[in-house]
Amino acid sequence: MKVLTANFVTCAVKDCKTSPASFPLHFHDAELEQEELEFQPEFIRNILPRIDWPALCTTANELGFPTLPESKPEGDKLEDEQTLKDLHRLLLETHVTEGKLACANCGHQYSIKEGIANFLLPSHLV
Amino acid sequence: MLPTPDTSHVSFDTIYEPSEDSYLFLDTLASTSESEWLSERFPSQEASPLVVEVGTGSGVVLAFASAQSQQIFGRRDILTLGTDVNRNACIATRTTATTAINTEQQPSPQTVHISSLTADLCAPLRPGSVDVLLFNPPYVPTEDLPSLPSAAQNDPALAEAMSRSAKFDNDSYFLSLTYAGGADGMETTDRLLDAIPDVLSARGVAYVLLCKQNRPEDVKERIRGWGGWQAETVGSSGMQAGWEKLVIVRIWRADCS
Repeated sequence: MKVLTANFVTCAVKDCKTSPASFPLHFHDAELEQEELEFQPEFIRNILPRIDWPALCTTANELGFPTLPESKPEGDKLEDEQTLKDLHRLLLETHVTEGKLACANCGHQYSIKEGIANFLLPSHLV
Repeated sequence: MLPTPDTSHVSFDTIYEPSEDSYLFLDTLASTSESEWLSERFPSQEASPLVVEVGTGSGVVLAFASAQSQQIFGRRDILTLGTDVNRNACIATRTTATTAINTEQQPSPQTVHISSLTADLCAPLRPGSVDVLLFNPPYVPTEDLPSLPSAAQNDPALAEAMSRSAKFDNDSYFLSLTYAGGADGMETTDRLLDAIPDVLSARGVAYVLLCKQNRPEDVKERIRGWGGWQAETVGSSGMQAGWEKLVIVRIWRADCS
């Protein structure tokens, strides 16, 4: 599961969807793996408009990544190769292979095994 | 004809084997009319689309959409994600998608499969996040709808500890989830349709396969009744007594184009 995924998922419990605390989900005990992928600056620039920046900063912090800029890169910063390379590494080259994703609203933890996160709910939460 | 992604690594004990419906999906996405429509909907100077398949099974459809992104969407910088209630299907999809991308997109693969998630439909997806939703549902009318598996039923350790007969029951159960659609074959599709307005982005579009018994014309009428939504048949196969056996319906917000 690539780290970028965390920017697109929230708690599977219906009642949590409206709570701001359900996004982003929080990583616990995450084990990471790096996969080398060709760096494509244009792709990163086209992904950026879709990124929720504060959520990504939270995720990066939980995974022990060097601090991201406080605000989303815009204008000249989009030409800065190092910034785009850092994002490429975090979003596309980093996989979470084991660990948990927890909802800060209901406290439910979703487990990640061999890179597959399991969002099926126990019957009492459906 | 564009090549069909390789699924020779997939064990079809619990996973739906690509069939007529899967191939209709590939042909529809690759058709000139759909690729033109999609390329216009997602121009290359705009943000990368997120393409999500719900109920991926072997992953053949999502892998095709990923590997043939240039032909289908007119751009390669797309992100793809799959969900399935069967963990085995998620593992299979990841391999099918990444293999197809690496085979078809050389020297430099560009499309990225970001993950396969074990989930019920789009339950964990953030509202408004999906640009293209693909769904080949369990559409066969059946007396009962099998219950959804729990997280525990997908525990890999569980399957390993099973006796032969328990494994057979377990495999049959997971296979029933791939086709059994309950009343009119629509119980699962109806839940997906209900989720569409929330999960699709403003420019979002969904492709849903229906069979004759699902009453596609009624389904399209219902969607048009949501207000601001369009639904059209964009692919079909297998004439039976003057009716198409299978159709693919495109569903999109009319107020955005």
